Amino acid sequence: MSDTNAQSVAFVRNSEIPASPPPLGETGPVKWMRENLFSGWVNSVMTVIAFLLIARFIMGVFPWFWNGVWDASSIKDCRNIMADAGTAGSACFAVLVDRWDHLLFGFKYPATEYWRPTLAFVLLVVCAMPALFAMYLPRKLLIATALYPFVAYWLIWGGSLWVPVVILGLLAVTAAIYLFIEGLSVSLRQAVAGIVGALSGIGLGYLLYLGAQELWFISGNVSAGEGIVSTVAGFVFMIAAIFTYAFFIPMGIFVGYAIYNSYEDGGLVTIVTTLFSLYALMVYGLGPISAAINSVVPIELEAVASRDMGGYMLCMILGTVCVSLSIPLGVVLALGRQSNMPLIKGVCVVFIEFIRGVPLITLLFVANVMLAYFFPPESSIDLILRVIIMITAFSAAYIAEVIRGGLAALPKGQYEAADSLGLNYTQATRLIILPQALKISIPGIVNVAVGLFKDTTLVSVISMFDIVGMIRGPIQQSTDWISIYWEVYLFAAAVFFVVCYSISQYSQWLERQLQTGHR
Amino acid sequence: MKKTVFLGALTLSGLAAVAASAGTLDDVKARGILNCGVTTGVPGFAAPNASGEWEGFDVDVCRAVAAGVLGDPTAVEFVPTTGKTRFTALASGEIDMLARNTTWTFSRDVDLKFEFIGVNYYDGQGFMVPKELGVSSALELDGATVCIQTGTTTELNLADYFRSNNISYEPVPIETGAEAVQQYNAGACDVYTTDASALAAQRANFPDPSAHVVLPEIVSKEPLGPLVRHGDNEWGDIVRWTLNALISAEELGVTSVNAAGLAADGSNNPEINRLLGTESNLGEQLGLDADWAKRAIEAVGNYGESFARNIGESTPIGLARGLNASYLDGGLIYSPPFR
Amino acid sequence: MSSTPDTPQGGFRLSMLLNDTRYRSYTFQFIALVAIIAAMAFIGGNLVRNLAAAGLNISYDFLGQQSGYDINQRPIEYTSQSTHGRAALVGLLNTLIVAFLACVTATIIGVVAGVLRLSPNWLVRKIMSFYVEIFRNVPVLIWILIIFSILINATPAPRAFKGADPQASMWLWDSVAVTNRGVFMPSPVWNEGSMMVIGVFLASIVGIFMFRRYAKAQLFNHGRLISTFWPSFGLFFVPAILAQIVLGNPIGLEYPELKGFNFKGGFTIRGSLIALWLALAVYTGAFIAENVRAGILAISKGQTEAAAALGLRPKRIMSLVVLPQALRVIIPPLISQYLNITKNSSLAIAVGYMDLTGTLGGITLLQTGRAIEAVLLLMLFYLVISLSISFLMNIYNNSMTLKER
Repeated sequence: MSDTNAQSVAFVRNSEIPASPPPLGETGPVKWMRENLFSGWVNSVMTVIAFLLIARFIMGVFPWFWNGVWDASSIKDCRNIMADAGTAGSACFAVLVDRWDHLLFGFKYPATEYWRPTLAFVLLVVCAMPALFAMYLPRKLLIATALYPFVAYWLIWGGSLWVPVVILGLLAVTAAIYLFIEGLSVSLRQAVAGIVGALSGIGLGYLLYLGAQELWFISGNVSAGEGIVSTVAGFVFMIAAIFTYAFFIPMGIFVGYAIYNSYEDGGLVTIVTTLFSLYALMVYGLGPISAAINSVVPIELEAVASRDMGGYMLCMILGTVCVSLSIPLGVVLALGRQSNMPLIKGVCVVFIEFIRGVPLITLLFVANVMLAYFFPPESSIDLILRVIIMITAFSAAYIAEVIRGGLAALPKGQYEAADSLGLNYTQATRLIILPQALKISIPGIVNVAVGLFKDTTLVSVISMFDIVGMIRGPIQQSTDWISIYWEVYLFAAAVFFVVCYSISQYSQWLERQLQTGHR
Repeated sequence: MKKTVFLGALTLSGLAAVAASAGTLDDVKARGILNCGVTTGVPGFAAPNASGEWEGFDVDVCRAVAAGVLGDPTAVEFVPTTGKTRFTALASGEIDMLARNTTWTFSRDVDLKFEFIGVNYYDGQGFMVPKELGVSSALELDGATVCIQTGTTTELNLADYFRSNNISYEPVPIETGAEAVQQYNAGACDVYTTDASALAAQRANFPDPSAHVVLPEIVSKEPLGPLVRHGDNEWGDIVRWTLNALISAEELGVTSVNAAGLAADGSNNPEINRLLGTESNLGEQLGLDADWAKRAIEAVGNYGESFARNIGESTPIGLARGLNASYLDGGLIYSPPFR
Repeated sequence: MSSTPDTPQGGFRLSMLLNDTRYRSYTFQFIALVAIIAAMAFIGGNLVRNLAAAGLNISYDFLGQQSGYDINQRPIEYTSQSTHGRAALVGLLNTLIVAFLACVTATIIGVVAGVLRLSPNWLVRKIMSFYVEIFRNVPVLIWILIIFSILINATPAPRAFKGADPQASMWLWDSVAVTNRGVFMPSPVWNEGSMMVIGVFLASIVGIFMFRRYAKAQLFNHGRLISTFWPSFGLFFVPAILAQIVLGNPIGLEYPELKGFNFKGGFTIRGSLIALWLALAVYTGAFIAENVRAGILAISKGQTEAAAALGLRPKRIMSLVVLPQALRVIIPPLISQYLNITKNSSLAIAVGYMDLTGTLGGITLLQTGRAIEAVLLLMLFYLVISLSISFLMNIYNNSMTLKER
């Protein structure tokens, strides 16, 4: 059957017909426009409306922008120039030229030193690369990232180069001490643990004794006030004082014993000893050593007080410092919130929910008007440090929630697998849980970071001269530029847009990279 | 031990300044720098200029104190404060003195525990309206929208004044002077009210200053002056008599130019000699040296010079002396005698 | 050895507090408790000492004292003779007003922009992504300041309405005036007989619901599809309007009129409220748009295709199939955006809107100098607002989540 069928066909084409060009309406820009702009009457109307809006916007803004004056010494000068040119009402960008340095660096950073923050910024971008593109760059480059904080600190705040170098050196010494104690024989370590345990037990007991005295003092002071609130508060403090009085000696003995008891496998004793030596080195070693080296080989930059930071630089400093500090804190809070110890969990929940429930601006008020009362009278802590404390707490709470999401997203099997391998809590968290949870959380953390960076403009409300504070304070209040608004605000918007947009593009890119890992 | 642990940690951070607590004078001398609270910017009174130096009438008081105490008018750390933060900054010891056009009121002096050491500018709250409204008295402002710069006693004075005259109004509170001016110029409010000095200063920079009038009513007394904490009388005396020295210098004709000469040659007027430290030992009684007042005067000039340089009629602010003329010229500026 | 139990036999030993997992958590918690007490001692002791040194005390007496300042937007009765406490209450209500308005508007803007970002129209898509990016990447404080400046300068001042040949005129037959002090609108005047009209109106709303139930019952029981839109529409308006005409216009309108310096009468939405409302809504709308887009994209394509296979038209696919499912993805981030709006409304201070931060944390703080008390109270208020919002929204979210059986 098949044979006859085949023979009955008279003609078989054995080559393909060349594709004929599509009709004119189906190619190139015409097709593109038809599909994307005029695919139906609703779409066509939307296109026309959108086009009219764009045209109107451009026609309104363009002359204002194009006729802008770039060279004038004051707003009056600007107005005169525009009146002469017949373009009254255009932009006066001269303010940006005149106050460029102030907008970027604040008005008190020494003008000859502007290269330092600039260099620090460039280095930030360079040194962040190994961390941002960890999958493409060799891991060894991460050393540059780790060294960056020291370099940036020196560049921005100035002073002797030897301070950050000696800090690095002391950190290295501390690490050596850690390894040394880990490597000690058990009998030697027992001796060390005995000494360290006794010292820290007595120290802690004494601290608690001081604390109990303090609580007693507060209790007496508070309950002297009127009203039920002060009576209750006084009572609470009194209970706390009695509790501490009762426990300061057992606590000291217990902690001392605990440290001593850990001599067999190291662990606690090593950590405590290392922390002790780090503290001693920093307090007693740092100053003299760096001063001594500096007197022999003086390498110094002009020191700049943190009060003198301002402009966009201040936003960058606050953003970078607070985000980097708040990530570890956020991890701790997130783990604490997941913990099954009620007290620790409770503290973390209260902290996180409290911080997330109030606006950042009220926390900045706290930094500005309240925190000073919380520290000893003789210490005066810089406003910038107080603000860093509060912003860090703020962003740590948000980052903790992101990381908690990451922890919750991990399949239960991961936790069970870690348990079944016999890992303890620390090992499981460090080796199994956190690496995965953090990887999932990275885009969320980046979002929090961008939000936080934008929120640094709020410090202008508490009389710090960041870029917005600079505009609303010294620039708009100076006699030269007294009623200038659009130009400066648009400039501020533009500089924020550049940074935030790049970061969010990076975050989206990273999200795509991470997604492929799971499929 | 607890405190040292904590402070040690702070010192490590490199950001904290730790000083032993004694009298404010000792603190300032030990620190070598005077922490002086100022505004975040009021033209003519305190604002950083284009090169970042603070200048203005209030700033001069800080500089005079620094020159008297530390011998260097530039040894001042100017701490910008807002209306909200100024009192905490002073109470918590973050600043040694506040020179931020602050009105001397009973509650600030008594309830908030501050000590006003004198008055360096007598001000009063005024109203500015556009000429085209045809208003000639504040009593004609019934139903007007009033822009108020918040952060001072302004809101209270305004509420009192309109209530006592039984006039209705719509308050629009605004945080900074610049934003108040923006609203006023756009017609979002009919009236702009704040201290008369600030009204004059801001009107001077309008596109068309002649289109606006300041109404004759001054609805409040605003004695503005520097203040210090309650309880440190030695320090209060130093700031008070530094201001008095500037005022006396104007009364006695001592200027920044002739102060050195008068001190070197001596003068026939014993009060000048006492002021400049060539007679008697007023400086030592304050815990300073004999030349303190001379240094202060040389640094910023006498009261009249400072006024003329920062806010006087030849400046863009263009304020007349008015109430702030020396008592010799019929004003209120008057210093107790140096003896 | 392998059968050695985890815990050695015998009684309790001290070292077990550290080495035994059963007791170790108590140890840690005890240490945490001691640390908390130590922190309390440190902070509290310093606070007491510092306050004593400054001669201050903690007292909330100022809340009962006369405030002495006026507030322009008063949802409840308030004069300069009222107390600071009442001023704080006015501020609280103002915060809630702006937060509510901004939440509603931001949701509308966000949903529209989010859907339009997926529009087939290239130009619209690009405009929407431009909007989203530009608002998401610039601080809200800068946006508030910019939008406030735009509103003040782009709208006419009341005095522009004056004169024989005014530069500006009112809208909608001289009933609405848009000025840079705010929008002035007619307000209803309740004359005798208004209750009748309102009663009729309420009755017609009940009627609409009953009609819809009837239509639904017809559809389910008899398979008859009754059009509900036009009858409901008619039922909504016609009886009330008829009652109004029959009873001789009991509900009148009070029109704003230019008198003296300002428009008087009618209903006013102040410029500061509009600026803050708009800024918060547009800013947060950009974030919500992203959430909506993500929510829609999270619905698997199979759902759309299945709906198309059933013969639904694209509009119906969106409203009946995609959006209801996307809502489950969208609501949780929406809650946090609502919280953000409430918290960001504290920036009202920059435009002179008298919210909680403007009254309690602003003028009251300034006038009384009670910084610690005022800031603590301020935080407490915000905390209560935030917690209530998240509580209510979580109830709603739980009612919306898929009940898996």
